Amino acid sequence: MNQPIHGPHAHSSAQLGALMLQVMLALAPATLYSFWLYGWPAFNLWLLCLVLALFWEALFLALFHKPVGAHLKDGSATVTAWIMALCLPPWAPWWLAVVGTFLAIAIIKQIFGGLGQNVFNPAMAARVMLLIAFPVEMTTWIAPEAVAISPPDITSGLAITFQGLSALPDGYSGATLLDAVKNQSAQGDPVSATLSHLDYRPTDAIIGLRGGSLGESTSALLLLGGLYLLWRRVITWQAPLGLLLGAAVPAAGLSLAAPESYPGGVFHLLAGGLMLAAFFIVTDPVTAPITARGRFVFGLGCGLLTWLIRTFGNYPEGVAFAVMLMNSTVPLIDRYIKPRIYGRTRKGDPLPITEGRTS
Amino acid sequence: MFSPRLRGGVHPPGHKELSNASPIRRFPMAERLYLPLQQHLGAPATPIVKVGERVRKGQLVASSQGTVSAPVHAPTSGVVRALAEHTAPHPSGLPVLAITLEPDGREEWDPSLAPVSDPLALPPEELCLRIGSAGIVGLGGATFPAAVKLGSSLKRGVDTLILNGGECEPYLTCDDRLMREEPGNIIRGALLMQHAVQARRVIVGIEDNKPQALAAIRKAAEGQGVEVRSVPSRYPMGSQKQLVQLLTGIELPAMSRAADSGVLMHNVATARAVYQALCQGRPLISRVVTLSGQALTHQGNWEVPLGTPASYLINYASGFDCAPARLIMGGPMMGIQLPDLNVPVIKGTSGILALTRKEINTDEPGPCVRCAGCVRACPMGLQPLEMAANIRNGDFEKARSLGLDDCVGCGACSYICPASLPLVHLFNYAKGELASRQREARKMEKTRALAQRREERLVRQAREREELMAARRAAAARKAAGEESPS
Amino acid sequence: MLVSILPLAGLGTLLGFLLGVASRVLYVERSNVAREIEELLPGTQCGQCGSPSCGAAAEAAAAGELPPAFCPPGGRAVAEAVAGKLGLPLDLASLVDEQPRLAEINEDICIGCTRCYKVCPTDAIAGAAKQMHVVFADACTACGKCEEVCPTGCIRLVPVTETLQSWAWNQPSL
Repeated sequence: MNQPIHGPHAHSSAQLGALMLQVMLALAPATLYSFWLYGWPAFNLWLLCLVLALFWEALFLALFHKPVGAHLKDGSATVTAWIMALCLPPWAPWWLAVVGTFLAIAIIKQIFGGLGQNVFNPAMAARVMLLIAFPVEMTTWIAPEAVAISPPDITSGLAITFQGLSALPDGYSGATLLDAVKNQSAQGDPVSATLSHLDYRPTDAIIGLRGGSLGESTSALLLLGGLYLLWRRVITWQAPLGLLLGAAVPAAGLSLAAPESYPGGVFHLLAGGLMLAAFFIVTDPVTAPITARGRFVFGLGCGLLTWLIRTFGNYPEGVAFAVMLMNSTVPLIDRYIKPRIYGRTRKGDPLPITEGRTS
Repeated sequence: MFSPRLRGGVHPPGHKELSNASPIRRFPMAERLYLPLQQHLGAPATPIVKVGERVRKGQLVASSQGTVSAPVHAPTSGVVRALAEHTAPHPSGLPVLAITLEPDGREEWDPSLAPVSDPLALPPEELCLRIGSAGIVGLGGATFPAAVKLGSSLKRGVDTLILNGGECEPYLTCDDRLMREEPGNIIRGALLMQHAVQARRVIVGIEDNKPQALAAIRKAAEGQGVEVRSVPSRYPMGSQKQLVQLLTGIELPAMSRAADSGVLMHNVATARAVYQALCQGRPLISRVVTLSGQALTHQGNWEVPLGTPASYLINYASGFDCAPARLIMGGPMMGIQLPDLNVPVIKGTSGILALTRKEINTDEPGPCVRCAGCVRACPMGLQPLEMAANIRNGDFEKARSLGLDDCVGCGACSYICPASLPLVHLFNYAKGELASRQREARKMEKTRALAQRREERLVRQAREREELMAARRAAAARKAAGEESPS
Repeated sequence: MLVSILPLAGLGTLLGFLLGVASRVLYVERSNVAREIEELLPGTQCGQCGSPSCGAAAEAAAAGELPPAFCPPGGRAVAEAVAGKLGLPLDLASLVDEQPRLAEINEDICIGCTRCYKVCPTDAIAGAAKQMHVVFADACTACGKCEEVCPTGCIRLVPVTETLQSWAWNQPSL
């Protein structure tokens, strides 16, 4: 017999593709600003990442006999590639994009079962693998002010992208703030001295005058994108807030106790990839817990781990590691943090019957 | 004042403006009426008329049978033409037994029907009985026999009677119009029900997207001791558990009835039917139906005699503007797809909708990205995505342990899902599957018992035969010995 | 070289020994399994699975000669229990294809010979000699024994008609 169609016979306009489009829209200002900061090589890298990610996605969808067209249209691979690009050094060579997108799309996402099945955030896991495998290329930062003085034209931009570090002119590279603070602190220099030596003002980080990954430099624009996503209800506030609190509160506390050894909360919030992670990475639904409280705990863990790695670990930046570690705890969080079912206790037993003789 | 924490819910576009401006009009009699014997939850009614018999308007044509059941009355005078199977107003479209009535157009009332002069003077039990014999069921769509609910609430003793004017389903405006046009009758019906269950107070809850209905009911309730409250409009506000919690602060415990917590809820249309039954002597033979959806030419509300086929309703009242993508009985969230246009209007039919593809706005299902929109939308605090994943893996028991039985099937999760997953369909499939397994297991148990009984019987019979044979042999031997011994 | 070979060889030997011990210590009596399976079965000895009795069928299932879904009257409940007992994957396709059926007696040809009544393993047929026989739908397992013995061919197994009560939503296609 012809089976009837089950209700509801109405549907919200929220479709996956539309949500992904919103995310891209939110990423656009920070990305465009970064193109302006770092010039053609940055744009080349971004474009390469997008094209390659779509290629890997299509290839592996075909290998797994899934409908290629329908899945490519949902935009998830594009968003992954975009975030991946923002996590790479701005003038990274072409093969980092090839390897990075392959790791993110093929290994982390498709091999784990495709969209919705991956355990780790593809961009973060790929970044961690690249950082361990290619430490030099992954930490060759570009100083924006050097680019501003003599921006590379299209041809030299292509040379930088496709010939790698050998084509990198002298005088462009610089250290990130986190690098500098870590190295100087290791040598016993007080934080304030390091920062004043670097001529640090918090506004620098906001407008992106400090070196870093492609998407890390402009905290203000990332924050703007994040607020837009919050406003459009694409993401919820719990995980971002958790992450920001998790990093800022202990940082502020320790900084208060020993201001010359440890930089404060605002410094940590504005440095590195924290803003990117807060609004675009820990909000990735696939690798985050499903409950509101779970997401807050998840964000808190990511923030705390990031701060711990930055402060006591070997790496100057720890967002990617922190997110990967917390990704692996998601099933645990989902197991223990569940919504209470209406009419039942937290344990799942029916509530005791009380006569409703309220007056 | 309490501020109960309500969870979940969605805000589907209401589309109420399509039909809420037109007053309720009386719908003319169709050429044939089809009265299914089961228009309610529980046991079907038993027909008491014969084919060819003439019946009058309001006359009992099928009496209730068993404790949970409701009688059926003739919506007009006419001749019973058949007692045959007709497409059920049910998603399956399976045939059910229905009385076919051919109206004679004379609208002759059954003379035995008479209003009660002072119903509030009657004992509550008597009131419940009369409401039951008028065939009144929950008109909000659940169609649970009203008298059964009232009777058990009276026995249990309830504190609060809640009148549900939520009407949170999009498109539907029948309750809205009724509250605007007959607020007095609704309040009188509510007071009668209050008397029937001896409730201490009555609260009417109306969604704040119906300001005119709210004002009308407020005016009618003045000085009657009935509290009228505006509730935020959000789907599924008209669901019993949600509305009770919002109005009284009581969270109904799982697997218990509302009456156990001292609460009874009825729809505003049910209250009006109670008023009509007791004060006008008119059993439930018609109801207000919303005709809506953008595929229809004229949307509006009609007082339709029960048994009117959907095709007649659409042809006469409206006609299609464009080919509808889907025809629905009830609201778009919890209503059913009409199996065909012959399906009659029954007691639970709140609306007939003809929706276009654009209004339905659904897509091919995609992979779940764990966005948890369903978790946020679920008014029951369930995790629809986890339940769905387990059902898709065939692990129904795990889904049940996650709260499948607590799902009220409101459809908020399916509505919000960006992957267009048919979540409620999955849950109802799993519920059906679990129920059929339980049936199978029970049958197995029974089969085993029967087989064992037969086995024992066969053994016993064999033994008895054996004993009989032995006795005969012994007797024969004795006889032989007796014959021999004298010699 | 030797340093790496020896520990590995030793480890292999030890683990092999442990596995050997475990297979003896934790050995499950096969016949025990058969008895447990038999307890799960309806016990009507209907023979629909091809085995002469439920006991024999349980033995065969325990030995792996019958798939877990061998018992048609038992349905999915039994199939799942048996599969669980044997730790085997369950292929429900064979069961799903089979619609539930019931024996139905054609009143016009029934001569009241009582043969069906005598063979019915669940006493689902009532009636006396020379009288119409009736089938109790609740008790019938559609084993088909009555169909075999009926001299006039008046018994047929017919699919159970679906009602509003028995109807359920199908599995959505995903």
